Amino acid sequence: MKDTRENLIEVQGLKQYFTKTSGLLGRNVQYIKAVDNVSFYIKKGETLGLVGESGCGKSTTGRSLIKLYEPTAGKILFNGEDITNYNSKQMLPFRKRMQMVFQDPYASLDSRMTINEIIGEAIVTHGIATGKEKDERIFELLDKVGLMRDHASRYPHEFSGGQRQRVGIARALAVNPEFIICDEPISALDVSIQAQVINMLEDLQNDMGLTYLFIAHDLSMVKHISNRIGVMYLGNLVEIGGSDEVNNHPAHPYTEALLSAVPLPDPRLARERKRIVLQGDVPSPLNPPSGCPFRTRCSKCMKVCSEVKPELKEITPGHQVACHLY
Amino acid sequence: MSREKILEVKGLQTSFYTHLGEVQSVRNVDFDLYKGEVLGVVGESGSGKSVTCSSVMRLLQHPGKIKAGEVLFKGEDLVKKTEKEMREIQGNEISMIFQDPMSALNPVYTIGNQMIEVIRKHKKVSKKEAEEIAIKMLTLVGIPSPEERMKNYPHEFSGGMRQRAVIAMALSCDPELVIADEPTTALDVTIQAQILELMKDLQERLHSSIIFITHDLGVIAQLCTRVIVMYGGMVMEEATVDELFYDAKNPYTMGLLNSVPNPKADTKERLEPIPGMPPDLLNPPKGCPFCNRCKYAVKKCLNEVPPMYEVSKTHKSRCHLLHPEAPQMEGFVKEARM
Repeated sequence: MKDTRENLIEVQGLKQYFTKTSGLLGRNVQYIKAVDNVSFYIKKGETLGLVGESGCGKSTTGRSLIKLYEPTAGKILFNGEDITNYNSKQMLPFRKRMQMVFQDPYASLDSRMTINEIIGEAIVTHGIATGKEKDERIFELLDKVGLMRDHASRYPHEFSGGQRQRVGIARALAVNPEFIICDEPISALDVSIQAQVINMLEDLQNDMGLTYLFIAHDLSMVKHISNRIGVMYLGNLVEIGGSDEVNNHPAHPYTEALLSAVPLPDPRLARERKRIVLQGDVPSPLNPPSGCPFRTRCSKCMKVCSEVKPELKEITPGHQVACHLY
Repeated sequence: MSREKILEVKGLQTSFYTHLGEVQSVRNVDFDLYKGEVLGVVGESGSGKSVTCSSVMRLLQHPGKIKAGEVLFKGEDLVKKTEKEMREIQGNEISMIFQDPMSALNPVYTIGNQMIEVIRKHKKVSKKEAEEIAIKMLTLVGIPSPEERMKNYPHEFSGGMRQRAVIAMALSCDPELVIADEPTTALDVTIQAQILELMKDLQERLHSSIIFITHDLGVIAQLCTRVIVMYGGMVMEEATVDELFYDAKNPYTMGLLNSVPNPKADTKERLEPIPGMPPDLLNPPKGCPFCNRCKYAVKKCLNEVPPMYEVSKTHKSRCHLLHPEAPQMEGFVKEARM
């Protein structure tokens, strides 16, 4: 079935390089290619999961997308409009439409502001409501994320991790966004609380037609919440496709290894399944391998892999992979 | 079972005396550990799993104190030992692997230096011999070119390598018991898979007993033979892995299993979270610690802590519903099915 929904986000050849200087007066400049030529789209109302090991550039991709960084190259289209080179003033109306939920619910809330102030700040900045109307809106948001109305006057330290994450989500929802980037929103939470937050995110998506970019390293949860999944390795998007397709028929050797490394909460399945244990660590992004970034750890490495960098190729409709095997 | 018990914990109670009052982190915990087995301890943060193990190791920090109970290691009560006697046991007979390898290593000494120090502290060997042991251990945990790596400082190692080095250090004195407190939580899944594989392999080769603390049910399913589930400072269920995953007899365990996505399901089943939050151990509930979040809770649960009921020889659960006269609830099977 062809998905006829419009693209809300389209990223074309996004590059985000950071510089590292060393030597006398910083004369030696090296580039860290945190995100290197990544292209993907997210349709309205869908969830794209982005997975990979730490340092693979998944969070940087998210942050570049809402222009928390200035992208080095590439294009970012939001609802068809090219926002890549917009300055902060031009970005302001877009900020209202895209929001972010952060990983650490302890660091992402200002400990000296009450919940009312935390959620209300964005409402005032974007001129959505003031005074009584604003308070009413905050109450509605608290209801939505399952907190009590009298929580509004409290400070973040009075809440548990799960509740704080709810505050973070309420803050993101305060400006009625269309698009939310969830950067590892559940990794800091306990198992039983994770499920609460995931269910809430799903409900909010259904009610408000939200579009998510869900960044996480926990593949089992990403599989659960996403419509499509993108796998990143060393700044490159190595595979992208439908959630079930990527999970059941992983094409890239890295995706295969990543999936087999996830411990399954099922002892019989865990005993039966074939595991691919990757050797070694992720190479340094300062000095990435030539050709395919994954070749140093790949069991199916061929001669061509060190010479030519593989491009994303469509192997079945909607399923793309960057590997010389295909 | 005729297997030899290496550790018996009986009625352990540990509290932290904070300025807000007594936090009863561990409330009457009993469990046994047999020789050569991997016992998983699973629970959420604040369930008392780490404090139980620090109590066993006698590594509690002020204001924590063991209030009551016995910890019998090979028949000797560790609670009654003096600090000096304990130091002989710590690292030598029982060793511990922590979650964050960086905080377990000293940043200003080389890996080799730190390993040699540990080995010489517990074994009467020369510096040269200690070095040889250290190199052998680093090879065993899969660190390439260990002679060179011995000269490195911890910051020159990656996260996975540091954890390998810490494991090498923990095993260097051939401990009979290793307590691993979330050793893979800070690592990436691919590195976690390496470390779990390594621990399983080492355990089979060295026949040591391992207590593995984690909140990840997947890790338990993969590595452990037996599991205890902790909640609110108590052991809620004790079973073999298969009994726990396929025939859980405690509503908390069931809730925990339902809150993770089913690995077999292709369709998106909705997750079933446990509502509410864990109890505050400053004022622990009078009855079952899980009663305010439990969908099966009855009046009795509010007032009385349920005893451990035996489901099978290897399976025990703390729930009033297992009482022979308790009413049969929908979705809760009293009898052992395995």
